[in-house]
Amino acid sequence: MSYSVKVIDHYENPRNVGGFDADEAGVGTGMVGAPACGDVMKLQIKVNDNGVIEDARFKTYGCGSAIASSSLITEWVKGKTVDEALEIKNAQIAEELALPPVKIHCSVLAEDAIKAAVADYRKKHCA
Amino acid sequence: MHLPIYLDYSATTPVDPRVAEKMLPYLCERFGNPASRSHSFGWEADAAVEEARNEVAALVHADPKEIVWTSGATESDNLAIKGAAHFYGETKGRHLISVKTEHKAVLDTLRDLERQGFRVTYLDAQKNGLIDLEAFQAALRDDTALVSVMLVNNEIGVIQPIAEIGDLCRARGIIFHVDAAQATGKVDIDLSALNVDLMSFSAHKTYGPKGIGALYVRRKPRARLEAQMHGGGHERGLRSGTLATHQIVGMGEAFRLARLEMAAETARVRRLRDRLLDGVSRIEAVHVNGDMTARVAHNLNVSFAYVEGESLMMALKDLAVSSGSACTSASLEPSYVLRALGQPDELAHSSIRFTLGRFTTKEEIDYAVELLRQKVGKLRDMSPLWEMAQAGVDLDAVQWAAH
Repeated sequence: MSYSVKVIDHYENPRNVGGFDADEAGVGTGMVGAPACGDVMKLQIKVNDNGVIEDARFKTYGCGSAIASSSLITEWVKGKTVDEALEIKNAQIAEELALPPVKIHCSVLAEDAIKAAVADYRKKHCA
Repeated sequence: MHLPIYLDYSATTPVDPRVAEKMLPYLCERFGNPASRSHSFGWEADAAVEEARNEVAALVHADPKEIVWTSGATESDNLAIKGAAHFYGETKGRHLISVKTEHKAVLDTLRDLERQGFRVTYLDAQKNGLIDLEAFQAALRDDTALVSVMLVNNEIGVIQPIAEIGDLCRARGIIFHVDAAQATGKVDIDLSALNVDLMSFSAHKTYGPKGIGALYVRRKPRARLEAQMHGGGHERGLRSGTLATHQIVGMGEAFRLARLEMAAETARVRRLRDRLLDGVSRIEAVHVNGDMTARVAHNLNVSFAYVEGESLMMALKDLAVSSGSACTSASLEPSYVLRALGQPDELAHSSIRFTLGRFTTKEEIDYAVELLRQKVGKLRDMSPLWEMAQAGVDLDAVQWAAH
């Protein structure tokens, strides 16, 4: 498998690895994937009172493309509103990282992770 | 020390320089066709081919007349299995037996025979990778014509009990084929004592060149085959095609060296493998795949829990190893061999095969251990599964959203 320079960069220097306290107000947590499928992504967003994502963290079990996709998406969501974050499409991630067809599912998983994190945030926020 | 470090000797080995030297004259100078009976060019090539045949036979205690040259173990497997199935299918029956952990050269050949109406039983391996002899015995039928079991598994290096299997087959008049591609120069093979009818060999796993192999075809009692390659009637009609003299000379020399050096080499490689195992065992949550006793000395297959195999391979770019996870191919499937052992998918996904060899050094092993320690640690720091396991979460109890 030959990876693009961008995938290798994100893999070797992943941005925003780590996590927030999931119980903290304003934090949304999304966990997608399954160990048996070879990838699990945990993505967390921290949303301020204006509905803007001011920080994001991830942890990923998966191949280089999965790690790069989640690292990239933490960079992209920062500074966006939650509605804007939901606009991010897997195709944009795949294009940015030049993922080969067999790795497109990694970008799909990253999109799912954002959706799951926002859904979790909204559930807590509206409750 | 030269990087990357080659630890993939079960994929292929370098040609030993002594082997390459012996091959060279047969390209430009002694280029004759061994089938040319009318002049010295042919006689010279023929003598070299027969000397090599003697060497291959000597390593496995066979008669040179029982050795048929092929292009490699894949062709040998095809010739043995299709050739015997077609020859004995009408008289003996159309049932065949093999194991789920066999090499694709065997499994795909059997699939082809299934399309032609043969029925195949694929036995499970036990958790340690070895075949269960009772289950094997229970699978034997009156119409079983052929059994194919490998001697040494390519992924986990376990050694199957072919002596016992051979006795069971011989007692019922069933042809027994053994793929020994991974075994030559690694374990003693004595075909004068084993009840094996057909055995496949490859040169390039034993420091010989690629593109050459052999099939052992027993003479007493005689194993019969239908040829799969037709033409000039070479190799007593079993495999037509002009013999590749230089390749054959290489295989002969490689097998001669294996015979002379196997004992010392195996002891040295075992010390290095055990050093690697010792180092890897110091890392937490490491699982060794396959039996450690009935196993060749140069293989170590381990799963690093909570770390995915392909990303680990990426982190280990200074090590030439192979992953049980076939994510590197298009299939995204974890190793079918590890799955056949009942290994959970996530452990199958995170397995790495290390295979050591003639040119592996202690320094290389120490470097590999240190690199593994660092990189597994880094990837676990990034792994949500590791985080959950550390927090005491039972990962099997989690409802994962499969995708």
